[in-house]
This record gives sequence, C-alpha cells and structure tokens, in this order.
Amino acid sequence: MAIELKMPALSPTMEEGTLAKWLVKEGDTVKSGDILAEIETDKATMEFEAVDEGTIGQILVAEGTDNVKVGTVIATIAGEGEEAAAPAPAPAPAAAPEPKAEAPAPAPVAAPAAAERASDPAIPAGTAMVKLTVREALRDAMAEEMRADDRVFVMGEEVAEYQGAYKVTQGLLQEFGPQRVVDTPITEYGFAGLGAGAAMGGLKPVIEFMTFNFAMQAIDHIINSAAKTNYMSGGQMRCPIVFRGPNGAAARVGAQHSQNYAPWYASVPGLIVIAPYDAADAKGLLKAAIRTEDPVVFLENELLYGRSFEVPEVEDFVLPIGKARIMREGSDVTIVSYSIGVGLALEAADSLAGEGIDAEVIDLRTLRPLDTATVLASLRKTNRLVIVEEGWPTCSIASELAMVAMEQGFDDLDAPVMRVCNEDVPLPYAHNLERAALVDTPRVIAAVKAIANRA
Amino acid sequence: MAKAPARKSAAPTKTASTPTAATNRETPRDPAPYDATPEELEKFYREMLLIRRFEEKAGQLYGLGLIGGFCHLYIGQEAVAVGLQSALDGDKDSVITGYRDHGHMLAYGIDPKLIMAELTGRAAGISKGKGGSMHMFSVEHKFYGGHGIVGAQVSLGTGLAFAHKYRGDGGVAMAYFGDGAANQGQVYESFNMAELWKLPIIFVIENNQYAMGTSVNRASAEDQLYRRGESFRIPGMQVDGMDVLAVRGAAEAALEWVRAGKGPVLMELKTYRYRGHSMSDPAKYRSREEVQAVRDKSDAIEHLKKLMTDAGIGEDKFKDIDKEIRQIVADAADFSESAPEPELSELYTDVLVEQY
Repeated sequence: MAIELKMPALSPTMEEGTLAKWLVKEGDTVKSGDILAEIETDKATMEFEAVDEGTIGQILVAEGTDNVKVGTVIATIAGEGEEAAAPAPAPAPAAAPEPKAEAPAPAPVAAPAAAERASDPAIPAGTAMVKLTVREALRDAMAEEMRADDRVFVMGEEVAEYQGAYKVTQGLLQEFGPQRVVDTPITEYGFAGLGAGAAMGGLKPVIEFMTFNFAMQAIDHIINSAAKTNYMSGGQMRCPIVFRGPNGAAARVGAQHSQNYAPWYASVPGLIVIAPYDAADAKGLLKAAIRTEDPVVFLENELLYGRSFEVPEVEDFVLPIGKARIMREGSDVTIVSYSIGVGLALEAADSLAGEGIDAEVIDLRTLRPLDTATVLASLRKTNRLVIVEEGWPTCSIASELAMVAMEQGFDDLDAPVMRVCNEDVPLPYAHNLERAALVDTPRVIAAVKAIANRA
Repeated sequence: MAKAPARKSAAPTKTASTPTAATNRETPRDPAPYDATPEELEKFYREMLLIRRFEEKAGQLYGLGLIGGFCHLYIGQEAVAVGLQSALDGDKDSVITGYRDHGHMLAYGIDPKLIMAELTGRAAGISKGKGGSMHMFSVEHKFYGGHGIVGAQVSLGTGLAFAHKYRGDGGVAMAYFGDGAANQGQVYESFNMAELWKLPIIFVIENNQYAMGTSVNRASAEDQLYRRGESFRIPGMQVDGMDVLAVRGAAEAALEWVRAGKGPVLMELKTYRYRGHSMSDPAKYRSREEVQAVRDKSDAIEHLKKLMTDAGIGEDKFKDIDKEIRQIVADAADFSESAPEPELSELYTDVLVEQY
C-alpha cells in the first residue's frame, strides 16, 4: 500500500504553503530522514523529510505551486517490494482534499469589503494604495525608520540571521547589517534592560519579544525603567524605546503562550500602548512609535501577520498616536474594539446590517492614551456601547471603557454597556475548548442584539 | 523565494576550537596603587569628606522628618566612588548605580544643594522633587541614576555600554551594584551579552558585606564576588575599597583593558557601610564592635589623612578643609529646608515627553 505524503502543517497557524522545491524525483529510493522537498510558509522555508523508506511513486503537486492546503496529498511513496510505478490517478491541486480538522485553522475572518468601510481621515482621498500583509507593513515601517535615523536599531531573539521568528524582520539584516539588527541570547530581562539603557544613552531601540508572553520576564524594565524614568528624573532623562511583538492568543499554543497584555501595560502612566488591527495602521503607527520620545509597547497579533490590507503608497506614512478610527459608520450601536477584535466587530456589523441594525465600529488603535473622545462622541450618536476584546474580561480595556461611559457618557446611555471578552479561564489547548474560550462573531452579534431594542 | 538561512557558521565560534585553559587567557595587568600628587590627595580627601559630612547631615535631616521614605547612606564607602570616578573621562564615560547614590553624585561634582533639595522633596531638587533619594539623574554629567530596583542598573548600564560601542564614541560605562544585587539573574544575563559583544563596561561590585541584613556568606555560594564573571570569561579584580589609591590604581588597569576593546571587567571593591542599610535598619545582624573595629582600623578617610600627613600636610590644612566642607553641607541643608515644594501642577508634568 503506497504511503501518501501530505502537505504538513509546519506552524500552529499554517493553513497553506508553497511547495518551493522537490529534492527527489519519481522513482528515487528514499530512506527515513532524507529531505524530500522545501516548503515555504508565510513564516519560513522548511525542509520536508521522509519518515519511511521506499520509492517515490508519483509527485502530485509540482514545485512552485502556491497555496497548497495543509493535508493535500503531494506525493506517494511505495514501500519495499511494492510497485512504485502504478500510482493512483493524480488529483489536481485544485481538487485537493480539504484540510483535516487537526489543521489548527482559526475561524477565518472575511476580509472587509472596502466599500462598506469608512475611510481613514488621516489618508487623503485618492491616495494610491498597495496591498500588504501586516507582517510586511511592520517590516517596512522599521526599515524606513532605520534608513531615516541611524540611532534606530532592532534587537531580539532570532531577528537577524533567522529572519524573525515570525518573519517580521525579514531582510533587515541584509540591508542594515549585524550592528543594527542584533540577535540576542534568550535573555528577555537582560536585553529589555539593555535596550532601555541604550535608549537612556541616546539610541532608539526597537526591542522585539518573540511573543509578549516572554516579556513578563522583562516587565520590570518596561515599567520601572522605561515608563517611570522621565517622571522620576523631572523630565531630564528620556527612554525612547519600542517594545514590540505578537500579543494575545495565537492558535493551539496553550495558556502560557496565549495572553493579551494590553490591559496590563495600558494601566501604566508613562507608557504609550498601541495595538493595531490592519496593515496601514501597523505601518503608520509603528513609524510613529519609533519616532516618539516616549517608551512604547507595540502589541501585534500573530493571527493578523499574514492578512493583507490596503496600505497608502505614500513617501512617509505616519499616523497619529492616540487617535481611534471609525472603521464603519452606523447609528444604532457603537462596537469598540482593538487588534484582532476589530475584524470580529466588522464581521458582526455586516451581519447585523442584514437584520436592520446599523452598527458603528471603532478601532481604538492606541490603548494609552485612550481616545475616549471618539468613543463618547459615537455613544452620543448611538446611545449603546459594546466592547469587543480578545482578552480576559476582568480589569480589561472593556471594563475601563465601561467606566468611562459611566463617568462621562451616563446620560447618553440607553442600555447597559456590554463587553464581549474571552472566557475568564487560562486558554485551553483542546480545539473545542479553545474555541469556546475565545471571542467570536456570534457572541458579538448576540451582545448587540441584547441591547439593540432597549430604549 | 529565499530560503531562510540556516544558522551560519560565520557567527563567532568560540567553542569550536580547543578551548584555551583559563589560566593562559590574557588578563588585565596587575593594578598598582595610584601615585597621587599632593594636589590629587587633597582633592580625594575633600571629596570623601564631603560625602561623609553630607551623608551625616542627610541622616540628621531624616531624623527631623525633613527627608522621607528610604534613605541609604554611603558612609564608609567613600573611597570607592571617589577613586573610581577620578579615573573616568567625564566628557565621554557614563555611570549608573543603584539606590545608594548620593555619594556617586557628589563624587561627580554635582551640586550638593540640588541633591539635598531632592532628598527633602523640593522643586529645586535635581529631579524636581519627583524622584527622591533613590531616583536622581544628571544626563549633563552622564550620570544615569539612581535606580531603585536591585540589579536593574546592571542591565541598563550594559545598554549604556552598547550605545557607546554603537556610536563608536570611545566612552566606557561604569555600572555599580552591591553584593546583594550580585545575586540577581539579570546581572548574569548582562555579563553574558557584555562579553559576547565585547561591550565597553566596567561592572563594579561594591561589596559592603551586607545585603540589607544578610551577609555575603549567607547569600552567596561563591563569596569571592570578583570571580562571578569567570564563567562568562570576564576578568575579575578584587580591590581594597577602603584605600582610594588602590581603587584608583585598579580603575586604571580596568580602563586600559576596556578601552582597548577587550570587553568588560568585573571589579569587586571590598568596603563597609557604617550605617544601616537604610535609615530604618535595626542592625540586629552585626555587632557594634564589628562596626567600630572597621571604623578604627580601616576607615578610608583616616587612611588617606595618614598618607597626607606622611606627605607633610599639617593639621591646620585639615582643619581648614573640614571647616570648608561643613560650610558647604550646612548651606546645602539650609537650601534644602528653605526651598519651596513643587507646584501642584508638577504632578501632571513629565509623565510623557510628547503631546498626543
């Protein structure tokens, strides 16, 4: 019985990849450990090894094929004594089997249709746009700022030779060299402190945490060293540094690797906290973060890295820190979110529109300082507020905004403020439990409906 | 479709060849006591005496309730900051320390009035009254604090050294920390990176024998702290921190090494604090006799005074200096008591640099 070789899932978030190269041909004899092919994901190029002995039967997906779904049969191996030259009819890649359930695919969020979205007032009408992934936008932001200011350098684990654990720093080493793109040992506390000291000494570090989960080892320097020094020194000593990396739940990586730290950092005076959703904001706000004289915690999201969005094709695209953005105008209810939750809010708004509920969607973009004026102005219009947050509900950005609404928007409220957050548990591993714990669009829709008809 | 490069062997491969025996590795030269001129001896004496009298006054003001919170005095350790600082190049070298920082600032020539006014929490204080004893900075003097978290200044100081090397400005960073901080994990994370990247930094352990109330022997498996860098290949020096000329001499040997691009040096300065860890120290962990014995036999200022006497400086000169220093300290104290507290509006300034 021939062994089917299937497109492997090479990372927790991989759904498809490119079959970059075959290193064997039909009829070759292979043994366990031989490299069969190179497979390129959005994060890295990986070698695909044989795990059995045998003869390569048929190669079913040609090299250079893009978007090969995880689980697709890409070749067959005939075991010893089997007839190698009689493979089953080859299915075309297009008719490839669907990925099996074990592929850790997060619920795909439909790319928002541009026509239904409010344009960003920071982008002049008629600006030419280019499609970029969030990953590319972040990389471009760093590269542009490094070209413009030689004090800017990037430091972290695997940022240089490996090209970024999530490929965000791809190509930076090649352009800027090892002095400015610095691989560190696995030593978060140490390099966060080193970065803060370098900022105090006059440089502009961009410190990448492989994920913000590991920044807990370094949080003393983020808060005690970076955030407080300007104040404690009476404005004498600054710490212009960016701490950046993926934050929040990824996919199936369990409780220690899945946490949203936005409320933690957003509670600290002296820090700027930014959590962009789309690629344009990722680029424009990371550039602003690198330029400001204040310390910035820049929270990205692994599940968004590979998503493509329109980014203005302008010389130097910088967005203001501290300004929320109305993503979709509406009159019946205000849905506020940030980071990956914005996609859920937009999807919910589209669905609600079909039921006659006209939702306004606000992307906070910056979490400290919080643009409460934009939220309150929207509340004045809609009189209803729902906050969507991929994170725990207790002491969250959602609970903060609910308090803002109480203190400053009480007379505008026609219904209780609702929050749609993750369940208040460590994130579980099992697929069904993880899905049950995380915010999703149906929960947003349900929360809106619960208050939509109250007056 | 570029293949993500595998780990290249171009990276430094220290371990690839046969490791050299540690004893054969190049080390900084053996330090010699500094050969000071009479003018330099007098300068050291003035600076050390200023620190002692300043700290005594700070202790008094604390007792009067004019200084609040934590207040860690430097009395007994004066020769360390004075000896090391005298060897640095004030135009390019940078310095960072922990919370026992008054002495270092005085040794750097920062106005005692601004320091004392910070201790009393006045607007004229060097941090506008917002930092206090543990959080003082003078970017102008390349003095980067004044940090309240034990050990944090070691990583931050490594960052200062990184900045020197990045800019190629020829500066050296000096990061002071205590025998207590020497057990913090981030110290070793910093050692590793500093040696790996040959950063221009001198790590200075001020071993005053007690981390709060815990003696070095009760807290440190390796109590010879100058050896704590060995597993990172950082050369160590143990220095008599009660002898300002020994300190200065050792600093020169360390600076030669670091300025030559050979990476960091770890200096352990054996010293002693006469007062409590902070003003609220019950001092149950050591005897009065122990403290008195150090004062009688090893006091850094008395030691220097003897050297100066041997060099022919008469008692009148010491009296003049003492009077002069007492006046400076009295003026600083008067200033710190009479200067106004910060305006309430200062509560909200300096949280962020920019407006958003």
